[in-house]
Amino acid sequence: MTDKIPVKLTVNGRPYDLLIEPRQTLADTLRESCRLTGTHIGCEHGVCGACTIVADGYAVRSCLMFAVQAQGMDLRTVEGLAGPDGLHPLQTAFMEHHALQCGYCTPGFLMLSAATLQQTPDIDEEALVDVLSSNLCRCTGYKNILTAVRSAQATLKGRS
Amino acid sequence: MRGGARLMKPAPFTYHAPHTVEEAVALLAEYAEDGGRVIAGGQSLVPMMAFRLAAPAHLIDINPVTALGRLAIEDDVLSIGALVRHAMLETMAESMTDVGPLGRLLSTVARSIAHLPIRNRGTFCGSIVHADPSSEWCLAAATLSAEIVIRSARATRVVQAGDFFQGIMTTDLAPDEMVVECRIPRLAADTRFGFHEVSRRAGDYAMAAALVTYRIVDGRIADPRVGIGGIEALPRRLDAVEAALAGAVPGPDLFRAAAERAATVVDPMPDDKTVPALRRRLTRGVVERARKGSLS
Repeated sequence: MTDKIPVKLTVNGRPYDLLIEPRQTLADTLRESCRLTGTHIGCEHGVCGACTIVADGYAVRSCLMFAVQAQGMDLRTVEGLAGPDGLHPLQTAFMEHHALQCGYCTPGFLMLSAATLQQTPDIDEEALVDVLSSNLCRCTGYKNILTAVRSAQATLKGRS
Repeated sequence: MRGGARLMKPAPFTYHAPHTVEEAVALLAEYAEDGGRVIAGGQSLVPMMAFRLAAPAHLIDINPVTALGRLAIEDDVLSIGALVRHAMLETMAESMTDVGPLGRLLSTVARSIAHLPIRNRGTFCGSIVHADPSSEWCLAAATLSAEIVIRSARATRVVQAGDFFQGIMTTDLAPDEMVVECRIPRLAADTRFGFHEVSRRAGDYAMAAALVTYRIVDGRIADPRVGIGGIEALPRRLDAVEAALAGAVPGPDLFRAAAERAATVVDPMPDDKTVPALRRRLTRGVVERARKGSLS
């Protein structure tokens, strides 16, 4: 019953051939099997948002999926956010606006925000506050995170 | 890899990935008595597995059954397949304008469900099966007379939402059955609706919620529906309140009296966070605010 099964994942465009138990969450798999430790694990039951990644363009909690369910999906983690030209505008904005302090929640906020700005580039502040309410930050506070995402939104819109 | 069991809180299970409903119900028939369980969005089941409140020996993942992702209106009935995510309903006011007030109502209600990443994954039918007393979709299903379509290897049957919910997280579903679809009748084009929910923080479970719909015909209220959730063990329509509204001339006093009536006819659940008197006050508040929302 605890037999390992072959699971193929595609993370940040790179294929991973794994042999894992079906009960292994996607969050644990990214960290422990793919060795992509940028995705953080907080509460492990969907409340804190630290493990948020992007699956097929949608922000999801990677602790609330089993890795076996993510086969065939285009998975994006914080490791894939920066491009060949350097940091993603969200990453730069988080630094500029002091949107992180200890940094534990940051990968989750970045991926949540990246998917949101991709899907709704014109999202207004009220809707963005609602989106960001999904994740917990226990040191910086949310104001700077909101400011950073709004700033990155302006940068991204200037580019397009 | 390192770690082993230390990393994995859910108990071991055998994973099954059917591609059709027939395969899914055949797997259920085979494994139901041996701890077989369906997973769709998993946004309630996976946390329960993490806490080992649930430890299914067989997990039957219906996500590959793409036919269950159907969201369509036919013969004045909206069909919501078992893989329709909350987020699909959240955006349907724009994406399916032909559905009319029902589409706008479901979009409005969806926004109160948990948070965006949960809504991207969790499903309408999964919420119905989970039957949490504070579930927004259970409230909507009870208020709008939804029909629950149930399949097993034995038969297909259709159950009214009012009969489907039987207690806190308890439904009419047998272990070898699965919900494949929920059907909600279209609302008349002139239907007004309002929804209001009180929770301690955005995205938290509702402490109280109300959904109100009605029409105004010849200056009088017609087809009133007043549903409450999160207050009793089951969401339900308040017949006594609806009866007082039907045929009456709408006005602030009438609605205020209806909200007062709602607060007296409910039988609030005891819990460790509130007292019944508070839930009665919340009932009055959510019914009144839902009604106010219906004016906009």
